[in-house]
Amino acid sequence: MARAATTADAFNAVAEPRRRQILDVLAGGERPVNDLVVLLGLAQPQVSKHLRVLREVGLVDVTDVGRQRMYRLNGTPLKNIHDWVKAYEQTWSERFDELDVVLEELKKEEGDVDSDER
Amino acid sequence: MSTVTSGRSAKVTLPADDQILVTRGFAAPKHLVYRAWTEPELVRRWWTAKRGTMTVCDMDVRVGGTWRWVMVTNEGDFEVAFHGEYVEIVPDEKIVSSEEYEGMPGATAVNTVTLVEEDGRTKLTLLTQHKNKANRDAHLNSGMEDGLQDALDLMEEVAVSLA
Repeated sequence: MARAATTADAFNAVAEPRRRQILDVLAGGERPVNDLVVLLGLAQPQVSKHLRVLREVGLVDVTDVGRQRMYRLNGTPLKNIHDWVKAYEQTWSERFDELDVVLEELKKEEGDVDSDER
Repeated sequence: MSTVTSGRSAKVTLPADDQILVTRGFAAPKHLVYRAWTEPELVRRWWTAKRGTMTVCDMDVRVGGTWRWVMVTNEGDFEVAFHGEYVEIVPDEKIVSSEEYEGMPGATAVNTVTLVEEDGRTKLTLLTQHKNKANRDAHLNSGMEDGLQDALDLMEEVAVSLA
């Protein structure tokens, strides 16, 4: 199966743990890239790469303040879709838990038939 | 190592803005998973996820055949009904069907269930293709009515803090 581009939408973009960390830091207020480098303990090129992905999906905005670029969180693309996806995932997880029970029974039935035939 | 997902929870991703993809691994061969999706007495046992009672589970599993599933919820006692038509059937491997939520007439989607077996386990993918993003989002949003929103995780906390 082709892997969905992580930049395709906000939900996929935040599947990456480091990017979630960045969002968490930015939730406390806007920051320059150097702050993120220090707080996350990552190299600047990595942080910049993650920030680029987050900007592409609209989760992070950037403004130039003097000579610094300040990064700011914009969570609106994420909120609704995230809530919806989690609820949807929960529904299917519960269905599949029940399906597991059905499958265990079917496996057992099949095993019984096999042993009867022997 | 097997590439078949061993996780016990469903994974939901959004490969395109008009699609929903659900994946899950099962510790059973594909012909049993297929049975559980195509035999009404088996579907009745899992599809409601204990949230209600299935009052209708009609399935004519052949190309051009129709299906209709109705659940009455435990909470609120309201009726949730879906129906559609089978578009493509590959026994033990693939079920393609249209689906219309009766509460939202006209917003027909196409569901493709694919079963791939590896080492006795089955990876199930359910791809829901909507006509547009608005219908897809409405479909996802409908899950919220269940009041079963998952515990807040970091991501959500971040988003909520902005509200």
